[in-house]
Amino acid sequence: MLDTIKLKYFQGKQYIKDIKNAPMREHFRGFPVIKSGDVDCSCCPTGALISNPNRIDLGKCTLCGNCKCEAIQFSNCYKLGSTSREKLIISENMAAEDYEKFAIESRKEIVKIFSHSLKLRQVSAGGCNGCEMELNACSNCNFDMGRFGIDFVASPRHADGIVITGPITKNMAYALEDCYKSVPEPKIVILAGACAISGGVFQNSTELNREFLGKYPIDLYIPGCPIHPLTFINAVLDLISN
Amino acid sequence: MNWIKLKNNTKIDALSIPAITIDELREDVRNMKLRPIGFFGKQEFENIRLYITLADDKEGMIYVSSMLFAPDIKSYDSLTKDFPQFHNFEREFYEEFGIEPKNHPWLKPLRKNQDEYPFFAMQGEDVHEVAVGPIHAGVIEPGHFRFMCQGEKVYDLEIMLGYQHRGAEALMLNPNNRLAESICGDTVIGYNMAYSQVMEALSDIKISQRAEIIRRIALEMERIAIHIGDMGAIAGDMAYLMGASVFGTTRTLVINTMLEICGSRFGRGLIDVGGVNFDITPELSDKIKSVLDDVIKIVDRTAKVMLKKPSCISRMEKTGVVSMETALQLGAVGMAARSSGVNLDSRFDFKDKWYKKCPLEKEIKENGDVYSRFNLRYREVKQSAEFINDLLEKLKENNDGIKVQTNNDLTPNSFAISITEGWRGEVVHTAITGVSGELIRYKIKDPSFNNWYMLAMAVRNNGISDFPLCNKSFNLSYCGNDL
Repeated sequence: MLDTIKLKYFQGKQYIKDIKNAPMREHFRGFPVIKSGDVDCSCCPTGALISNPNRIDLGKCTLCGNCKCEAIQFSNCYKLGSTSREKLIISENMAAEDYEKFAIESRKEIVKIFSHSLKLRQVSAGGCNGCEMELNACSNCNFDMGRFGIDFVASPRHADGIVITGPITKNMAYALEDCYKSVPEPKIVILAGACAISGGVFQNSTELNREFLGKYPIDLYIPGCPIHPLTFINAVLDLISN
Repeated sequence: MNWIKLKNNTKIDALSIPAITIDELREDVRNMKLRPIGFFGKQEFENIRLYITLADDKEGMIYVSSMLFAPDIKSYDSLTKDFPQFHNFEREFYEEFGIEPKNHPWLKPLRKNQDEYPFFAMQGEDVHEVAVGPIHAGVIEPGHFRFMCQGEKVYDLEIMLGYQHRGAEALMLNPNNRLAESICGDTVIGYNMAYSQVMEALSDIKISQRAEIIRRIALEMERIAIHIGDMGAIAGDMAYLMGASVFGTTRTLVINTMLEICGSRFGRGLIDVGGVNFDITPELSDKIKSVLDDVIKIVDRTAKVMLKKPSCISRMEKTGVVSMETALQLGAVGMAARSSGVNLDSRFDFKDKWYKKCPLEKEIKENGDVYSRFNLRYREVKQSAEFINDLLEKLKENNDGIKVQTNNDLTPNSFAISITEGWRGEVVHTAITGVSGELIRYKIKDPSFNNWYMLAMAVRNNGISDFPLCNKSFNLSYCGNDL
C-alpha cells in the first residue's frame, strides 16, 4: 500500500491544465502555411496538394512533410478540425488563427444537448490502429478528456454519436451502418483521420465501401494521420461549446 | 538443387528460382526442419507459381523455392496435417488462387466470405457460445471472436478476421513510404524499414551508416513505447489502475521524444527509401538519453511495486498458458513465442551488424503465461534502452549523411526479401519484379499472421473473464493480418 502511495507521489499531476492553449512541440507538423510558388504535386502520396493556385486538402493530407519547400511550410498549430468538408481545403496565405475562427461552426442543437456530456462509440473501419491508439490516448492521464464529459463507451446504445476511423472497408460497411442505427437519436457522426475523411493512402483500394458517408450527415471532420489527441479534443470541444 | 539460399535484405534472380514438386517440398520441409515465412502465389501467364520461403534461424539464411500449377491442377495434398505451422499460409493461398490443399483440417476463409464462415460448434449440457465483435467494447480494431464455454470456462475460442482487409498488397504494387507505414499503424517503423530495405535491395542502393543507426534507434524506441503501453493495458485489465495510469503517461514521454525527432508521435515520415529524413543532433541525442533514463527509472519503480502485489501476480501467473511445444507447432514468432521459450529473434538470428556489435542477448522466458509476457516486455524495454544508448554513442562516429540519392529503377526479374524485427515480431516483406523492373508481386507477413492462433490456444481452459487480459498480453494486429 505504502509503495502505491509513493508511486502516486512520484507520479504527481500529469494532466495538461489548459487543453485549449496547450503548447505543442515545434517539430509537430500541423496546419500548413502555403504561399504562391512552384510546388511538386507528384511527391504527395494522397493527392492532397493541388497547384495553381496552391492548395492543400487537409482531408487527404497525411501531414508527412514530403512537399516541404519554400512555398509550403508546416506550422505546429494543431487545431485542424472543421465542420465542413470544403473548409478543409487550405488556400494560399491562410493563417492558422483565421482558420481556427471559422472552421468549426457549432450548431445550437448540438450545444444544447451535448455540451455537458458527450458519449461516443468508436468504430474502426479499416483503421491501421494509429488513430485508435491516439483516441485511446485522449482518455489517458495527460489529456484526460473525461473531465469535459467526453468519453468513449462500450455500446452504441449508450452513445450520443460515433467516431469513425479508417477508410471503411467492404467487410466493415455492414457493421458500421448497424452500429450507427443502434445509436439513439439525436446523434452525431465524427470522421477522425485522413483515411476516414477521404480514404487517405488507401483511397485507390478496390476493397473499400464508402457508401455510408453519402447516406448520413457528417458533423465533424478531424484531419491528421494519425490525429493528435489535442486535435481531437479541441475539435470536439469547439463543436459542443459556444 | 531444390532451393536457393540468400541472406536477409538481399535479392536474387527471380528466374533462377527452381520449381519442385509437392512431394519434394514435403520431404525437404521434413528434412531441413525450417519454418515457413512465405507461402504465396503469383499468376504467371496461365499458370500459377507458388513461392515458398523458409527461414533458417540458426544460420541466419533464407531458402526460396517454388511450385508450378498448370491451369488444370486445382488441388494438392495439404502440408498442414504434417506441419501445422503451414495452416494459415495454405488457407491464404487457397483464398487467393482457388487451389485447394486437400485434407486441410480447417480450410476456412481467412479474409473474405465472412457470411459463409463455418464456425466450429459444440454440443452438450450447460454448453453455450459467446459471440463478440466485430466492434469491441474498447477503442480497438474489429474482429469477431466466438467462445465455446461451459459455465465460465472456455473450451475453445474461434477467431474470425478479415474486417480490416483494405487490399494493401495490391496497393503496394505502386508503393510509397507513407502507404507502407500505414499498413499497420502501430508498427510504423518496423513496416517502413522492411519496405525500404526491400526497395533498396532491389535498386542496389547502399544507405549511409548514420541512417542505419537512426532507423534502429527509431525501431527500438517504437518497441519501448508500445511495450510500456501494453504493460499499462495489462495493468488496466486486471484493475490495477495505478499501473495503467503511470505506464500510460510514461509511454507519452517516449512518443513525444519521437515527435521531436521527426514530427510525428509514431515516427511517421522518418524513414524513406535511401535513408532517413531527419537527423539526430547532439543536443537531441542528449535529450533522448535523459528521457530514456527517466523512463527506465519510472518503469522500474512501477513494475517492481506491481510485481510485489499478490493480487497482480495471481491474475497473471498460469493465466493464458501456451506451451513451447504448441508455440513451435503453430509456428509462433516474436515476443509472444519468446515468452513461451522459443528461441527466435530476427535481430540476432539474421546477424544484423548493429546488433552483433552490441553486447546484448535475446530475452527468453519459458512459462508462456501472461506473467511471462509481461515480464518479457519489461526486460525488453530495459534492453532496448541500453541498446539505444549504445547506438547514440556510435552515431557520434558516423557522420556520412542521412540520405543518399535514389532512383526508381528496380532490377528486372528479381526477388528480394527483408525481415525486420518489429516490436511484435518479424515483419517479412517480399517483392518480385517483372521484365521491365515493375513490381509484379508484393507480399507482407505480419507476426500476427502466425500468432492469432496462439491466442486461441492460450484462452483454452481459462475463465472467459480472463480473455481481455490474455488478449492484451499478446496485443496482436488485426490490420497486419487482414492487410
